[in-house]
Amino acid sequence: MTALKHLLSIADLGPGGLEDLLDLTDSFVEVSERRIPKVPTLRGKTVVSLFYEESTRTRLSFESAAKRLSADTMNFTVGTSSVKKGESLRDTVTTIEAMGVDAIVVRHASAGVPWQVAQWVGASVINAGDGWHEHPTQAILDCYTIRQRLGSLVDRHIAIVGDVKHSRVARSDVQAFTALGATVTLVAPPTLLPPSLVGWPVTVSHDLDDVLPKVDVVYVLRMQRERMTESLLPSLREYTSTYGLTAERARKLSQHALVMHPGPMNRGVEIAAEVADLPSSVITRQVANGVAVRMAVLFRLLGSGMELAHG
Amino acid sequence: MADIALVLKGGTVVDERGSRQADVAIDTDGAIAAVESSIDTSARVLDCGGCIVGPGLVDLHTHLREPGREEAETVETGSRAAALGGYTAVVAMPNTEPAIDSAAVVRDVLEHGAKALCQVLPAAAITVGREGKQLVPMAELAALGVRIFTDDGNGVQDSRLMRRALEYASALGITLAQHCEDEGLSHGGHMHEGEWSSRLGIPGIPAEAEELMVARDIVLGRLTGAPVHFLHMSTAGSVELIRQAKSRGLRVTAEAAPHHFTLTHAEVASYDPVFKVNPPIRGDDDVAAVKAGLADGTIDAIATDHAPHAQEVKEAPFDEAPCGMLGLETALSLAISQLGLPIDRVLALMSWQPARIAGIEAPGVVAGAAASLCVIDPTAQWTVDPSRLASRSRNTPYAGRAMTGRARHTIYRGEPVVINGEAQR
Repeated sequence: MTALKHLLSIADLGPGGLEDLLDLTDSFVEVSERRIPKVPTLRGKTVVSLFYEESTRTRLSFESAAKRLSADTMNFTVGTSSVKKGESLRDTVTTIEAMGVDAIVVRHASAGVPWQVAQWVGASVINAGDGWHEHPTQAILDCYTIRQRLGSLVDRHIAIVGDVKHSRVARSDVQAFTALGATVTLVAPPTLLPPSLVGWPVTVSHDLDDVLPKVDVVYVLRMQRERMTESLLPSLREYTSTYGLTAERARKLSQHALVMHPGPMNRGVEIAAEVADLPSSVITRQVANGVAVRMAVLFRLLGSGMELAHG
Repeated sequence: MADIALVLKGGTVVDERGSRQADVAIDTDGAIAAVESSIDTSARVLDCGGCIVGPGLVDLHTHLREPGREEAETVETGSRAAALGGYTAVVAMPNTEPAIDSAAVVRDVLEHGAKALCQVLPAAAITVGREGKQLVPMAELAALGVRIFTDDGNGVQDSRLMRRALEYASALGITLAQHCEDEGLSHGGHMHEGEWSSRLGIPGIPAEAEELMVARDIVLGRLTGAPVHFLHMSTAGSVELIRQAKSRGLRVTAEAAPHHFTLTHAEVASYDPVFKVNPPIRGDDDVAAVKAGLADGTIDAIATDHAPHAQEVKEAPFDEAPCGMLGLETALSLAISQLGLPIDRVLALMSWQPARIAGIEAPGVVAGAAASLCVIDPTAQWTVDPSRLASRSRNTPYAGRAMTGRARHTIYRGEPVVINGEAQR
């Protein structure tokens, strides 16, 4: 396969590239289970995380992945206020690159920033979430988690429930799930769907109760409280009663169906506490797989020509 | 009679009166001395073979940025870009810092304009500071020669205030020009709302945000009897509303910008903020409707909305970058090559029709008229190189694009300010 320089979008991978990363992830899951979960593969490489937006799990997951591959890591966390008055994005990125880095992991509240950064630097750029746009490593780990539990995504039916409009996870997941052969139904009130779904290989439903018995996976998105102030919803209470995955609703799921969530959860809003803790919930599995997936991504981008050391 | 200073030889003269093969002699007072089939002269000659000799172009919508944003553009650099684009007059938009909302700022812009490479016609704001609250001293500014009033950059949101502004203006022989955007509906948007905004995760501005205000101001124009000029029409719905208003005999005029008939929202997939503009570049249907509106006379003028921004300001995350793109040096080429209209229609849209809206004499290529002329080579091939533009800024969305048609010479009040595509000062 052609060498991958950046991971900006799921679309960069194609179905073949996605399958390749999932297969590669298997090897890194194995590494993670060792007594000393570390390989020397990326020794001498430097990975910097450039996070313009608060994130604990994604940043830690990337750092942990880089360290398990023996890469050096640097951390550049920018408060949103210092961005406004401080140096420009381009100057920041150019400065970081001048320190000699091989990969920049970017998280930014503005859609498209990883594309801009990739124009300006020679290093590999990994999109760790850009605005409402994409979060490709989340989608890969979601695919991996489904494959791990259900064997394959082919002909699986996945419902993505909630605030699709503002969700980078949903935009990446729709592409990744469908590329691997799954069928996707978006379940949300019209105000929380993108204004246009032209070109989206999905169906839409406004009736979660009708959808739940038919699906293999219900993927619950985080519901942000500020949506109330934007008149997108009358109240959180009404949202929970119509689109929340309550305990009662979860009973409509078939035996094998998985419950997923990208975190952090608002227990009691989009998902009931007891549902999040059901055996069918793979939410903590998603987090665990995240590290192995990010190891696979870093290896694919930075370890070109290298064989993965076994044993 | 003044001596002949310059002769434009071998071109085809095109103006409102029609088209004829003729040479044009210009005297030392900057007036056209003669337009005759062949003029023998010992004066300086500019070759116009294969070219159209038309009246100078008039831009209804130029952001010259001075005062306040001289790092992006000045009256001087903007007027040089205008001259290179074939323009001999530009309307300078009032969203400067401070805004053009007082006699002092009008005089300041006029003073800079007196030294410029084209005529600079300051537009004034409708409301003080463009804040949408209190009317500017319209009569005082009209007495200084201001003919266009606009809060461009923003629309006047308050319908009652807009009604009063139109009523007050109706006695002054001036035109209010509206940037049509219902801010309640456009709130937080950074590109056209639709297929691409949904895919790219960028908050959208629906076409209806523009159309709501077009519809409102058509009815307010009807209510008050005042003329209304609609700036940068970008949607199929807006074009249809203007068409209906005109068919009912209402006093409305409209302009469209080249980027709204040449670019679509698909360009934003690059996330390059050079494609960020307000109103945003829209869909294929909108582009087709704007072209149709220009062809059938619904839209009266092509106006550039030339909006320079310094690179360090424009080179930001898409949703943080300011709106606007350069236009003066590319508009004529795009009009010639992208609209499929005969050259006299292109000139109508870029010269005498906008001149009338701007409240200046519609220029003609006749003896006795001021020699403000544009000599167009309709087949010239060139490529847009941002570093070679005369504007102080570089934010053209057409970088690297092959163009057909260009101003070869521009004559402003008898002075050849552009010769063979080169600015003379």
